[in-house]
Amino acid sequence: MEHKTVEIISQEKLTEDIMSLWISWEPDEAVIPGQFINVYLKDPSRMLPRPISICDVTDKGLRMVYRITGAATGTKELSGYKPKEKLRITGPVGRGYPVEELKNSENVVLMGGGIGIPPMLYLAKSLGGRCKAVLGYRDSSTFLKEEFDALGCRVLLSSDDGSVGVHGTVLDAIAADNTDCGVICACGPKPMLRGIKDYASSRDIKAYISLEERMACGVGACLGCVTKTQKTDDHSRVKNARVCVDGPVFLAGEVAL
Amino acid sequence: MADLNITMCGRNFKNPITVASGTFGSGMEYSEFVDLSRLGAVTTKGVSSVPWEGNPVPRVAETPSGMLNAIGLQNPGIDVFLQRDLPFLQQQDTGIIVNVCGHSEDEYLQVVERLDDTDIDMMEINISCPNVKAGGITFGTDPKGVESITKAIKAHTKKPVIMKLSPNVTSISDIARGAEAGGADGISLINTITGMKIDIRKKSFVLANKTGGLSGPAIHPVAVRMVYEAYEAVSIPIIGMGGVATCEDAVELILAGATMVAVGCANFSNPKVSIEIIEGLVAYMDEMNIKNVSDMVGAVHDKY
Repeated sequence: MEHKTVEIISQEKLTEDIMSLWISWEPDEAVIPGQFINVYLKDPSRMLPRPISICDVTDKGLRMVYRITGAATGTKELSGYKPKEKLRITGPVGRGYPVEELKNSENVVLMGGGIGIPPMLYLAKSLGGRCKAVLGYRDSSTFLKEEFDALGCRVLLSSDDGSVGVHGTVLDAIAADNTDCGVICACGPKPMLRGIKDYASSRDIKAYISLEERMACGVGACLGCVTKTQKTDDHSRVKNARVCVDGPVFLAGEVAL
Repeated sequence: MADLNITMCGRNFKNPITVASGTFGSGMEYSEFVDLSRLGAVTTKGVSSVPWEGNPVPRVAETPSGMLNAIGLQNPGIDVFLQRDLPFLQQQDTGIIVNVCGHSEDEYLQVVERLDDTDIDMMEINISCPNVKAGGITFGTDPKGVESITKAIKAHTKKPVIMKLSPNVTSISDIARGAEAGGADGISLINTITGMKIDIRKKSFVLANKTGGLSGPAIHPVAVRMVYEAYEAVSIPIIGMGGVATCEDAVELILAGATMVAVGCANFSNPKVSIEIIEGLVAYMDEMNIKNVSDMVGAVHDKY
């Protein structure tokens, strides 16, 4: 993890509130799917970095896809940044998905809900498209779906309002499809992850879930973003792991949601 | 060339810049970004007699030019601190200030006694955390209470004892005098200011703890005023803190009366900010033709 200044290569809207941002990136700097970048905003009154998941890394640079969460938030400010502008970041941060293990697993199912979809794209790419991708949207404003298709993944869709795919959650989508899950990798809102954790444990399926929590330092020092864990961990010596550097990816069985 | 060396409580530090407890872990986490040997000292996260779990999440919230936190002093306890964190810090060629927390006088004393045999430079006693229900701030808001806990701690250690004071009081001068009367070797201020943020969509609190401590540039003028008042009230040295994000902020606190200055949540905005502040201090002193940083301490006062 490094603190550095990068350059914005491009930024575009994917839907009304979903942005795709490319930043310059040294090609030899390894990124593990599931890791994230701390983005520091230019407005100095916004003190804290924004943790944004990594959607892709190519020769062109590093891509982050994020949602503008409100009219006056940091993500709104970020969405106004233009190509060639400089951006301060730290990253890549955190423990990602175990790509080698997943490459040797059968029936890998990726589940992304809303803004939990982007990190799944880089994971699907790292697995050579050898996985099923279950994408849960709010409504018909889908994003990145075609890119999962292009990787050769089998793609299933669900939406909260039923306008695309199965009406309901990603779990409803795999039920309708009779998907055989060997290993699940998921990222999305906490209620979705709770559902996946229960689903996986009741069927004895291994599940890796990527958690989200309000962060401050983003580098493991402040203990702002902890999650309850089943066992006492080596760092905290209490049942509190740091989402930023001990995660954000955890085995579902390790954490209490 | 400006001389940044400073003496506080009989200890020499290579410069007056340290970090505020709780914003820098044990130093290890930031050593990826900062050459710790360039800091005057590292001030550690609060250490208690046994591991503490802290508060439920959400524990942090951003506010304009600041943030609220209610971590609740989660820490792995003195055993782990002595086995893991202190040996790391001892290899860094930097000053070591260990922050101590407790729910009761006895818990503070247990930690203080364990630290007494080590080679740390100073102890900073947290009697001002707004986020724990027992201990913390309850010791720090009454001058008599401050005097009494200070006395008890001083009786159990030869190390310099710095009492960390809360701004959530009517008279910081009275509290500072309480610490001095109890035999404190120094004081540090300000800890965070108690605040609250409400999520208007959920009609509920943003922090699980409801209230949290406000830090960041938003509180810096309060810190300058309180360091100024404490310097007038007592003759023991002061570590100034509260919203320091730039060299100018640090200089203000020194001129108001701080011998050393701690950088807190600005570390979150820029992991290298403490080093940038040290470099800025050199540039400021050269520009102002000030040879020794100690000549700046309390320079706005005209009490002599």
